[in-house]
Amino acid sequence: MTASDILTTDSLSVTFGGVKALAGVSISVRQGEILSIIGPNGAGKTTFFNAVTGAYAPTGGRVFLSGREITDMGPDQVARLGLARSFQNLKPFAEMTLLENVLVGREIHMASGMLAAILRSPAFHRDEAAQKQRARELLSFVGLEQRRDQLARNLTYGERKMLEIARALALEPSVLLLDEPVAGMNPTETGFVMELVQNIRRQGITVVIIEHDMKMVMGISDRIYVLDHGELIAEGLPHEVRANPAVIEAYLGGGTLAPAH
Amino acid sequence: MNGRNLRNDLFYYLGILLICAPFLKMHTVYVPLVLLVAWGVRSCAAFAGESRTFSDIRLKTVNTLVAHQTLAVGVILSAALLLPFASSNYLIDVLTSAILYAILATALNITVGLTGVLVLGFIGFYGVGAYTTGILTAKFALCGFWIALPLSGLAAMLCGVLLGIPALRLKGDYLAVVTLGFGEIIRIFLTNLNGLTGGPNGILGIKRPSFGLFTLDHPRDFYWFSLAMLALIVLIVSRLANSRYGRSWVAIRENEMAAGALGINVFRKHLLSFSLSAFFGGIAGSLFAVKQGFISPDSFTFYESVLVLCMVVLGGIGNVIGSVTGALLLIVVPEFLREFSLYRMLVFGAVMIAFMVFRPNGLLGSRMITQEIQDREDDGQ
Repeated sequence: MTASDILTTDSLSVTFGGVKALAGVSISVRQGEILSIIGPNGAGKTTFFNAVTGAYAPTGGRVFLSGREITDMGPDQVARLGLARSFQNLKPFAEMTLLENVLVGREIHMASGMLAAILRSPAFHRDEAAQKQRARELLSFVGLEQRRDQLARNLTYGERKMLEIARALALEPSVLLLDEPVAGMNPTETGFVMELVQNIRRQGITVVIIEHDMKMVMGISDRIYVLDHGELIAEGLPHEVRANPAVIEAYLGGGTLAPAH
Repeated sequence: MNGRNLRNDLFYYLGILLICAPFLKMHTVYVPLVLLVAWGVRSCAAFAGESRTFSDIRLKTVNTLVAHQTLAVGVILSAALLLPFASSNYLIDVLTSAILYAILATALNITVGLTGVLVLGFIGFYGVGAYTTGILTAKFALCGFWIALPLSGLAAMLCGVLLGIPALRLKGDYLAVVTLGFGEIIRIFLTNLNGLTGGPNGILGIKRPSFGLFTLDHPRDFYWFSLAMLALIVLIVSRLANSRYGRSWVAIRENEMAAGALGINVFRKHLLSFSLSAFFGGIAGSLFAVKQGFISPDSFTFYESVLVLCMVVLGGIGNVIGSVTGALLLIVVPEFLREFSLYRMLVFGAVMIAFMVFRPNGLLGSRMITQEIQDREDDGQ
């Protein structure tokens, strides 16, 4: 682990019954990069996210965030330390408005207490107003500002993904994990997300992406890790990974990878 | 589509007949008349649902209500304040019960409605609150009502915390069964702890609260006192619901995993909502004890727990005003059906089923206001 590594795992393993979903995966994410994790379905990518963020308890190995061990922490503690995530099968708070959805993400930054909420003290109003302002900025960052008072259940699939990103950014994380951010999106929407991810990185947030869309992966990744059957089979720059025979074998079952552009 | 319509129609007319059955008292002559009226009501409702003018009027009414919220609340409150002058002592007593149930429903709404945790033994907290007041003010006469009131809330809250710490690690149905057990355990404790609770005979001679020399002996005075407590609790709960606390609770209800990933400690927030519910439940229990002057384990049966739960569901899950409305409906309406007491539960059941079929979100829905402004144009657009 070098000083520039912000998130590292040391032979992280997860076993379900007798099935090894993750078999000793060691990766290191560098500060400020966009890193992609690819691999065929069932390779253990989402399990990896779940184990890193504390949603699953890893059966072996260790996880470090900015040099601090987070292996046995719960999801909420991990989130408070600056590791945010989106979900592959979307989980917006359907019966809340978009603004409220993002405000839930601001919860850890709110200062006013219960008595202030009951008495509606000036401190409460100040806190609410400031957090609402921040939430609106985040919604406009993902292009949903105009719809802030609608319920999240009225959003389209693509919009829900954007809402999840805004909500995760509300934590002001140092690392953002995105689980298939463009799955099921059309090329225009994919282009928008690619730009969005670049903008997020420009704010100094490290981004780790799980994605199947090769145009996106090859287009924006600084580095790529490839998982197959719970094991790391390759890592490197996009053009190295694209040419790696083991990757081609695992990913496409032989043959050649589609041209990048 | 057609099959479903037919089924709905059947449901509707059979339900109406069932509800009216006790009133008809076997006068089958009136059955066609009832069906005709039912058909008329339904056609009007269908017409109103499609008609543009009607939906415009409805939208306008809601918008006006939202715009003049304070005024609307003021009107309702002053009507409630003046009501005792126009009613008999009996009716005032019924209304006071309704208010106590409204406090209970508001309290239960925090866990069931906002946080999405099903609690089936809620009446246990009511019982703990009532007995704390009974024991402190009457049985051992250790202190007056004004000290016993907060202590009752705190005793119930303590039970909530002690129950919640192990139980809230369970999910859904399992947790519901544990809380059901809690309600029963409290009742059995009350029945058997003779030395402390007076066993099946209960506790007698609990005095009404007093302000200095003025005692709230008249039903009317106690009604006002309960009303003030209800207003205070509704205010506290609705303010909490519209703050970071309410947002975290609803987020947990909507999706626990996503809430956890946003830094919310799900267990802590569950425990907070559970113990707050218990606290207000205990306060309601304390009021019940001084209202009745006599308490026994019979008042805290599983049936009461279900009744309170029905109020929350009927009014609209997660809607604070809805809980109060549900409580008023479920206490006041059955009083008018007293002469058909045999059929009361039948009618009650039929109404609940009808609600679940036709308005699964409850009378007022869970988010009355936002649903209306959903399609609002953005300001400046």
